[in-house]
Amino acid sequence: MSQYQWPYRNEINEEEEVTSDVLVLGGGIAGCYAAIAAARKGQSVTLVEKGATVRSGAAGSGFDHWESACTNPCSEVTPKEIAEAYVDEQDYYSNGIAHYIECREGYDRLLDMESFGGKIRDTEGEFQGAEFRDEKTGLMFAYDYKNKFTIRVWGSGFKPALYRELKRLGVKIYDRTEATSLLTCTENGRKRGVGATGMNVRTGKILIFRAKSTILTMSRPARVWLFDPDLVGLCEFRPPQSIGSGHAMGWRAGIEFTMMEKSVKGEFSAAGRSFPPYSAGNNHNTWYAATMVDARGVEIPYVDRDGKELSTVSQRYYPAEGQKFFLKGGVIDNPKYEYRGPETLEFGELMKRGYKLPFYADLSRMPEAERKVIWGMMVGEEGKTKIPVLQNYNQRGFDPTKHMLQSYGTGWQSASFLPQERQLFGAPGGIMHDWDLKTNIDGIYAAGDQLFASDCCGFAAATGYYAGRKASEYAKTVDLTDISQSREEIEREKERLYAPLYVENGMDWRELNMAVAKAMQNYCGGIKCKDLLEEGIDLLKSYERDIVPQIGCRNPHELMRAHEVFDILEVSQMILHACLLRESSSEPLCFERSDFPEIDPQEDKHFITIKKENGKIIKGIVPHGYFGELEAEYEKRNGDYIAELVKLQAEGRYDGKIPNIKSSSDYKIKTVKNFRADNGENGGGYE
Amino acid sequence: MSKKHIEFTAEPAFCSARPIVFDSDICVGCNRCAEVCQVDILVPSVKKGEPPVVMFPGECYYCGSCVMECPNEGAIKLRHPLMNQAKFVPVK
Repeated sequence: MSQYQWPYRNEINEEEEVTSDVLVLGGGIAGCYAAIAAARKGQSVTLVEKGATVRSGAAGSGFDHWESACTNPCSEVTPKEIAEAYVDEQDYYSNGIAHYIECREGYDRLLDMESFGGKIRDTEGEFQGAEFRDEKTGLMFAYDYKNKFTIRVWGSGFKPALYRELKRLGVKIYDRTEATSLLTCTENGRKRGVGATGMNVRTGKILIFRAKSTILTMSRPARVWLFDPDLVGLCEFRPPQSIGSGHAMGWRAGIEFTMMEKSVKGEFSAAGRSFPPYSAGNNHNTWYAATMVDARGVEIPYVDRDGKELSTVSQRYYPAEGQKFFLKGGVIDNPKYEYRGPETLEFGELMKRGYKLPFYADLSRMPEAERKVIWGMMVGEEGKTKIPVLQNYNQRGFDPTKHMLQSYGTGWQSASFLPQERQLFGAPGGIMHDWDLKTNIDGIYAAGDQLFASDCCGFAAATGYYAGRKASEYAKTVDLTDISQSREEIEREKERLYAPLYVENGMDWRELNMAVAKAMQNYCGGIKCKDLLEEGIDLLKSYERDIVPQIGCRNPHELMRAHEVFDILEVSQMILHACLLRESSSEPLCFERSDFPEIDPQEDKHFITIKKENGKIIKGIVPHGYFGELEAEYEKRNGDYIAELVKLQAEGRYDGKIPNIKSSSDYKIKTVKNFRADNGENGGGYE
Repeated sequence: MSKKHIEFTAEPAFCSARPIVFDSDICVGCNRCAEVCQVDILVPSVKKGEPPVVMFPGECYYCGSCVMECPNEGAIKLRHPLMNQAKFVPVK
């Protein structure tokens, strides 16, 4: 193969210092909304993104539905009901604060999106008359047609719309720049975030970002257990850019995490066992509630939570008799009876009844509007399906009125993974935070997938915007710090970043990623125990000591990949330590210890937090429900936000439902500022 | 830190799949695809007007952003590896 000259400038050892009030690390949905919120608060904002903000992040190329928009004008549920249901459904291993923010403010972010030029309703009347379309607003709903709190959206245009808005607001965007470390200082014995370092992944230039507050929105770790050196981009559900560097730099800086012991058996890895999400016959998420048939063409029945067979397609979208609402989507896998919605009969029962594999999704049997909204709108708007699935399959001759699409394996995931092939999926661990979405370090906030127990786009948008507000309030109370005291730290970071460029005939980053993934499968697989976990830590430590210095790179792109793997190595060790800290097994955490087989004993029903201080692992315990009564705690702290909505509504410019507001005239702002609380009391604030 | 000058080099990595194929008759070499690719797998060609080089094909995320951005329909073909092409049959 011929060698190419690198087309970008060589800026090794060049430095640029960038100063702003608020610094946002990560340009996905959460990061963009955080930056917009801060800019609206009058702050100068810098956004740092490793890829290209216009299309970066898990929702970069699109997404098709927005969950928990409980305040939209058609909604029959309240934010309180749905947020509390999520918490209960996940046995309290759930992010009550973030879920409540999502349920309460998610619809507002959709309205923002519409004002930026995104399409959130059927403005052309394409689906006029369809059961899922509200004729007055043009909003279109998914899943529960009675309660109408999940909105079908045209997400393929959302990131470009956000990008335009960021530019309009004057946010300084640093694309192709990976954030590499958090800068902190100690003031009056307390650690405080004062900025971050970054590196341009095309030129090698070093960036030093100084800011009064910093927001982490850098997704969650991936490629920890699942790696394929040939098809790296297909290893995981989320983009290869999103591998948990934000977790790694947070860990190095002393940020506290929780639920990091949770991992689930693989669900998506199109480099190996599964098909690309929503590209094979299935009836979940994007494809809910597609008609499924068996090899003979016999329809597979849908049943409600009581096992009652449903006779029409329409019934698949309504709660059972006596049920107020049901939950579906992102983190909802096998919900409790209370929240369980219509579902096809389970596989074991189908086999007993003589149904034959393979199964297929057969949209031809559905009403025209339902068929068109799945194969057309939803498959057209979900990320990674518009071009490689909808367009590609159409070109191959697929016609949903004439063809049925095959399913693989026995379930909707179209794959059968082994117990040791794991992922951080289904509301995994992440950063621990208080009601301001603040971390344990002053001035450092987090949102989106970097929070513990996160899920979808609505979650990312709502928490991003909220963190942007709170980080702005903080920024107004502090001064920029003199960066000279961080000089030594910056020099060390530069040396660490550039080191692989100076290794001749070095090892490729893929070899190390492969080794980490194999180690994690061996020592942190389906069944865990102390000896295995310690063996894993030992091996990964040896990789850090002996192998990292051997990795070599020829250009800044490879350097970016190498540092991703170093971050994966770092985060993998955090996961192993977190697994050691929980000395029992747990069903909701998908956590099995052979040396502590007791499942969810009462004394261990709490969050375990983990952080690193001076090289030592520090364990913490936080009671379930530390966030307090969700609605009351939220309203205490967001009076200004609520007042703004009330004002807009009075002016006829806001059509959302504002909980607990009877009339706009009697609303008084009551906001708690600088609340003090230990974890577990009064909403669990970081003092 | 060694101050030795470093020369950046690259060559297209081997990959069992060809995620992206350019039609050089249609592509005008505007490099907009390379600018929107979040994974940064495309590198502008050294020759003006020619399609970008698919430098890191294995890292392709198959999101389709490059095709969506392309001003000239048909200039970029994005296709999943053969193993990921699901089968469809006439309805029964």
